Amino acid sequence: MNHLGLITKREFLNKVKNKSFILMTFLSPLIMVGVITLVVYLTQLNNDKVRTISVLDESKLFANEFVSTDNTKYDILEAIDLETAKTLVQEAENYGLLYIPKGDSIDAIADKIKFYSKDSPSLIVMDRIEDKIEEKARNIKLKNSGLDPVVINKLRVKINANLETFEGEKTSKKGSILKLAAGGLAGYLLFMFIIIYGNMIMRSVIEEKTSRIIEVIISSVKPTQLLLGKIFGTSLAGITQFLAWVVLGGILAVAASAIFGIDIAGTQMAQQQEVLNQVANNADGQNELTLLFQEFWNLPIANLIVMFIFFFIGGYLLYASLYAAIGAAVDNETDTQQFMLPIIMPLMLAIYVGFFTVIENPHGMVSQVFSYIPFTSPVVMLMRIPFGVPIWQQILSLVLLFGTFFLTVMFAAKIYRVGILMYGKKPSYKELMKWLKY
Amino acid sequence: MNNLLVAESIVKTFGDFRALNNVSIEVPKGSIFGLLGPNGAGKTTLIRIINQITMPDEGLVILDGENLKAEHIRDIGYLPEERGLYKSMKVGEQVLYLAQLKGLSKAEAKKQLKYWFDKFEIGDWWNKKIQELSKGMAQKIQFIVTVLHKPKLLIFDEPFSGFDPINANMIKDEILQLRNEGATVIFSTHRMESVEELCDNIALIHESNKILDGKLIDIKREYKSNTFEIGLLTDNKAEVSQNLEEKFQISDASFKTINDELKFNIKIENGTSANQLISHLTSKGELTHFVEVIPSVNDIFIQTVQNN
Repeated sequence: MNHLGLITKREFLNKVKNKSFILMTFLSPLIMVGVITLVVYLTQLNNDKVRTISVLDESKLFANEFVSTDNTKYDILEAIDLETAKTLVQEAENYGLLYIPKGDSIDAIADKIKFYSKDSPSLIVMDRIEDKIEEKARNIKLKNSGLDPVVINKLRVKINANLETFEGEKTSKKGSILKLAAGGLAGYLLFMFIIIYGNMIMRSVIEEKTSRIIEVIISSVKPTQLLLGKIFGTSLAGITQFLAWVVLGGILAVAASAIFGIDIAGTQMAQQQEVLNQVANNADGQNELTLLFQEFWNLPIANLIVMFIFFFIGGYLLYASLYAAIGAAVDNETDTQQFMLPIIMPLMLAIYVGFFTVIENPHGMVSQVFSYIPFTSPVVMLMRIPFGVPIWQQILSLVLLFGTFFLTVMFAAKIYRVGILMYGKKPSYKELMKWLKY
Repeated sequence: MNNLLVAESIVKTFGDFRALNNVSIEVPKGSIFGLLGPNGAGKTTLIRIINQITMPDEGLVILDGENLKAEHIRDIGYLPEERGLYKSMKVGEQVLYLAQLKGLSKAEAKKQLKYWFDKFEIGDWWNKKIQELSKGMAQKIQFIVTVLHKPKLLIFDEPFSGFDPINANMIKDEILQLRNEGATVIFSTHRMESVEELCDNIALIHESNKILDGKLIDIKREYKSNTFEIGLLTDNKAEVSQNLEEKFQISDASFKTINDELKFNIKIENGTSANQLISHLTSKGELTHFVEVIPSVNDIFIQTVQNN
């Protein structure tokens, strides 16, 4: 086996066999799924409770509007006064009491409507009740003015501009959000990966320095080989951990929903159903929903996946070599702080540009420029791709990225070669510049 | 070709600092070569150049008749001064890994390891982690890693630092045996007594320059000052010593004897032989002690460094 293979293998096995690595690999999805399960479970617990709301309608105008549903039961009180009703509701421990008084006009009644409850009522519940009363009151007013509410409703026009690109591709507003989510997820994943596993490489370099084995190793292999082996080995370990998280997370999510009877996917389905129902109410709605699904399949998925892999590798390697150089330059982890800023800054910038500028204008000047700069391009370009980026732009950006990677590896290797044999010095930037000339 | 390693006019500069200035050494095959010098003289830089860890700015290194190249890594075993092992890795895995990096196959590495582990009686360490071992134990492992691939050239940088006397002695014996089996050894140290015992040739580096090199015997011959340490039994000490002082350069000496002799050093002029001195001395009393003062490596070291 050649040296690079040997080093990569050792770095990989060393990481993977590490107890805390194993623990994190198994514990992280457990915690994640656990928290999500808990949240979903608690929300459901909350919703499961049937609320009984008593309604005392002295005006006799609105009582018919309150029809009980699965979650809310309306108890229509009749022929009792307000005080008795209050006591009754409190004794029955109902959710609350809606009081609609008698009045000369709708406006007079509307002013005096009251809701009594033990605690502040939920906003959603109040919204629903207010909606019902408003609708009815409006209809009554219309009738009083001699207008037929049915006719009025027919007169309404709903405008929902159909979006279409010049190439004839139909899109929707929701589609833009979908695109942003796909790109944002890809970019953010890369960002997290760089920070977590870049640090891992740095620590591994520092470990070799502090344990003083480094000189033995580099009398056998070239520092550049050791550097690359470290980067590859740690990356493989990182990808393994990521895959383990995805698989374990998936299995656990299924298991959790089976055990606790909580259908995590089902909750989403129910929400979608609701959206569906809502949208179905207006004639064009159905169309929009179909478009949304179409939109998903219209996303440049193949393009995104392929480019995700390339930008992921390129971006990660670029930053990993810098992390390794920092590790070589210092003696211990506390000295790394001063060098971390220049690494974190472009990453943060990429995320901010991604989430603010790309949303605003995916193909604007700023978005374009940042999707070429190698230190921000992996994140920004991944966010732009769902909005459709010409292939030549993607290739150009990739070429720049990998070109810069080779430069940074050379730069890192120089720092590395000198740094790994330097002890007891806390180097400054000036010092590092000098090392480049050795 | 009698030299295994030749370094010619090596120059190495770090920034503004010249670490090696035109340094040349020749290491004969099958010898033990002492590379001496005060701290910061440039010894480790030279060793790193031989190990291809750093590249020289100028100059040439020839190993076994060939210009130094990447494949020569297999022919060199290097025990650095700053040495360590992966703390959380098991001894066996670690040594196998390092041996494979030196180009041994896994099977051969295992075979060699068994030999050395049996020899040092440390077979039961195989599954221990380095952090569970004592410093001395870890150093035995490092020694094994250095010699495992049977290199032609062994380089030890301060090999005895950190060893207790028993282990140091064991390592010394191993080094001698390896030399007898044909290996060539370069030795960098401040410990002059081990140089005295082990080295056939030396080179002295001071402030980036080589200021002395050659066979240890030749150097000693060159540095001897024709001085003799003498013990003379006589009844009349004062008179004898006055008489001698008129004829020779005399200085005080101290060494242990069982009688109450007159003890002194005599430096004789060129042209006077030791025999003439002896016959002169025997006429003055009974000669009980007559030794030529041979300069120790330590003396030579200090004297040369101070003169530069």
